[in-house]
Order: sequence, then C-alpha cells, then structure tokens
Amino acid sequence: MDDIVKSGFRFLWQPPHAGDVSTIKRGVSLYSYQEEFFLRTMTLEDCVAHVSSVGALGVEVIPEQSLPGYPKITDEQVSQWRGWMDKYGTTTSATDLFLDTKRHRDRWLTHEEQVASFHADIDLAVRLGAPVIRAIINTPPEVMRDAAPYARDNGVRLLLEVHAPFHYSHPWILEHLDVMHAEGGVGLGLMPDMGTFVEKFPRVVSDRAVRDGARPELVDYIVSLYNDHGDTHALMDIVHYRGGGPIEMGLARQATHFIYRDPAEMLPHMDLIGHVQAKFYEMVDDSTEYSIPYDQIIPVFEKGGFTGFLSSEYEGNRHVQDAFEVDSREQVRRQHAMFATLLGERTDQPSA
Amino acid sequence: MFDKYIVCEDTLKITDQTRTRGSVEVRMPYYRGLGLSMVEGVDLTINGIPVPVEATSFTVHGNTYPMVDLPTVLDDRWEMGEQARIDFGVTEPMEPGELVVSAAVRLRISYMPVPGGGRDTKTFTLA
Repeated sequence: MDDIVKSGFRFLWQPPHAGDVSTIKRGVSLYSYQEEFFLRTMTLEDCVAHVSSVGALGVEVIPEQSLPGYPKITDEQVSQWRGWMDKYGTTTSATDLFLDTKRHRDRWLTHEEQVASFHADIDLAVRLGAPVIRAIINTPPEVMRDAAPYARDNGVRLLLEVHAPFHYSHPWILEHLDVMHAEGGVGLGLMPDMGTFVEKFPRVVSDRAVRDGARPELVDYIVSLYNDHGDTHALMDIVHYRGGGPIEMGLARQATHFIYRDPAEMLPHMDLIGHVQAKFYEMVDDSTEYSIPYDQIIPVFEKGGFTGFLSSEYEGNRHVQDAFEVDSREQVRRQHAMFATLLGERTDQPSA
Repeated sequence: MFDKYIVCEDTLKITDQTRTRGSVEVRMPYYRGLGLSMVEGVDLTINGIPVPVEATSFTVHGNTYPMVDLPTVLDDRWEMGEQARIDFGVTEPMEPGELVVSAAVRLRISYMPVPGGGRDTKTFTLA
C-alpha cells in the first residue's frame, strides 16, 4: 500500500500531544438524529443542543436534511445556525454534499453541471463555517479534480467518503487517490466511514430480519459466514439456492455491503484524512459498539497523528423502529462516553 | 428506512359531496429532502384498486403539481419528513367504514444503482 503514497507526504508516527489526552476531537453528525428529526420530535436546535450536551464540539450537518429550502439557504437561516454554534459552544465541523447526477429524468448531469453543483455546495459550506465537505462516494474523480481549485480558493477541503463496500485499495478509491496526490491534498482528501470496519454483523440488522419473518437457519448462515470473515461474494446466490425469499435475500445483500478491513489500512493515507464519520449501529452500553471495534480504531488515528473530528453517525434507527422506541440521543450519548474513555478524557459523562 | 411513516395517520379526508374525491398526506422514505424532478411518483391504491396517476396531484408547502409533472419540476423540493398532500379521485364513492390506503413512493437516487423509495399501507375509518 505504501507505493500509492506520494513521496514527500509527511508522516506522523508519534501522536503530537505530550500528555495522555488525545488531540482527536469529538463531534456528531446530525444524521444521527434522523428518526426524531423526521418525525418532528426534535427540532434542529434540539439536535445542536444535544451534540453540545455530550461534550462534543463539532456539528456535522447535511444541509439537504436539516435546512429547508436548499439550495437557496437564506442569510437568516445562516445567522440562526451560526447563533446556535455560539450559544452551544460548537463549530460546524463539516457539511455533507450530494451529487444528483440523475437530477433530470432523461439525461445524466454534464461534467460542467456536476462541478457547478460542487461549487454551490462549497459556497454553502463557507457560509455555514465548515472547514471540510463530505463528497459523496458516487463523485467521479474528475469532478473532484476540477472542483478542487474552487475549494482551495475558498479555504475548504473536499473529502471523499470511503464508505463500505469501498476500501483503501479498491479501484474506485485508487483512482481518487491518484487525483488527490496530483492535487497535493490541499483542497482534496478523504473522509473514512467507520462502516468499513464492521467486525461483527450488526445484530440489530439480523434481529430485524427475523422479526420480518426470515428463516432463522438462513439468518444464522449469513451472520456466521460474515462473522467468520468468509467469502460473501456468492452469498446471495447461496441464499437463493437454499430457498431464501425477499427478506433473506435482503439480509444477504446487506452482508455483502458491510465490510471488515484492518483499520491500520488507513495509516498510509493519514495526511489525506480530514474528518471521520464514526458510523455505529448499536451501543450496547457506555463502552461497546456491538459491531465496530473502536478500541482498535482509535489507536490507529492516534498513531497517525489525526487531529480532526470523530463525528458520530448513528444508523441503527431504521433497524429497530418496527419494534422499539428509537432513542438516538441515548445512543449518541453512549458512543461519546466510549470515545471520552478511549481518548483519555477525564471528564465524566452524565448517565442516562 | 422510513417506510412505516409514509402514509400519515389521521390525514385521510373526503373532499367532495359525491365522496369520489379525497386527500391523504404522505412522507418521503429518505433521510434528506429531494428535488421534485427526482420524485418519479407516488402511486396510490385505495382498497386494492390503483388510482390512475392522472387523477392525482401533489402539494408541498402550498405548491400544487399534477403528479405526472413532478419529473419536470427543477425548482422545488420535498423536504425531509415533510407531509405532502396527495389529492385524488376515484370512480366509486368512498363509503363510511374502513378504507385501506397504500402509497408507493418512487425516487431516483443518484448514488443507488436500483430504484429508491418505499411503500406503506394504512387503514383509515371513514365517518
């Protein structure tokens, strides 16, 4: 993997902090509160206030989710947002952009239109005070290349999300890395999604399949194969051979979209990593995420000298909402209790 | 991901005296808002009978569009969690009692290789 690192890239093999408190910052993506925000049981300000309440300093926002009227966001909306950042002692850690290549029914967005879409989202990020922007995984490398100068000119960085099933030696990511290295990693970089480190199949997903009527022996087969880190390429075929229906096939497809890679694969790319989407499915208590081994992940960022945000991304709601009350706030609180411990913070989290 | 929330409880209304016109509110099963040109349609079924798309219209934040026109609307959006009103017409009167409403929301999501959206069915009691 070292051969894809451009020579001259700086490497920090020792954490830059002298004491035992990490320089990694804690943040939350408002994606985490999607259930409550969708149902209007939390307002946008409630979401920001909750981020602050768990001791997180960075708020990642998806403008298309949180700000009505996108892309025409008014000055009033922007000043209200910035007012909340001041009131709650937070900053905008990142904005997340989408690229609607299929905006028109009858044609693909042209390259120029795609770059223009990026420019508009860069403008919005600057207005909201975000230093980095999540570029969605479907962004072509040449769009990143041609949007980079505008990002640089505006003092922000476009970070391609590395989202499962993609990983750091995947052809699509390698193409992007070539562009980033050629650009110098100033206006471009990476935003790893921790969904690439799903060590154990999330039980909230398999339990849901069982509640939906999946045959338990096929669920066990899928979960066991995944947890053994077996070859899942033909999993949908096998489930089909065993008579699986739509529920079992859906679970098999999920199993091919979760991946488990060695977190150390991020090390050679650490200078390109500007922000982290700390995906999670189920915090079982204040110290353990059921599927994703954060105790193995955080030391990799410390070793690499990462100083950006670990930004919570709770995605368990959709798997439990059929049978349980979704409590995104409690899930986020637990993840930050875990982060505080793993990062060596001495402050105690309030208990639920 | 939000399929169970598509058809909104307590929103079915009869809107004319012949009981052949009605409205119901629906939400988009997605975690962000979407431009209307990427909403391919909301297919309604009343008591198992599909409502012709020409007999439906779509209203968000006061703006009404014939359902068939949505793919051409480039300057308006369906916001996340926003309740859109679907006005519809049927040929047989909707009699008092139970009425089963299904809605299939079809979305064109650029990063997904397969059609997006979802469907939901709810039973209402008409007075």
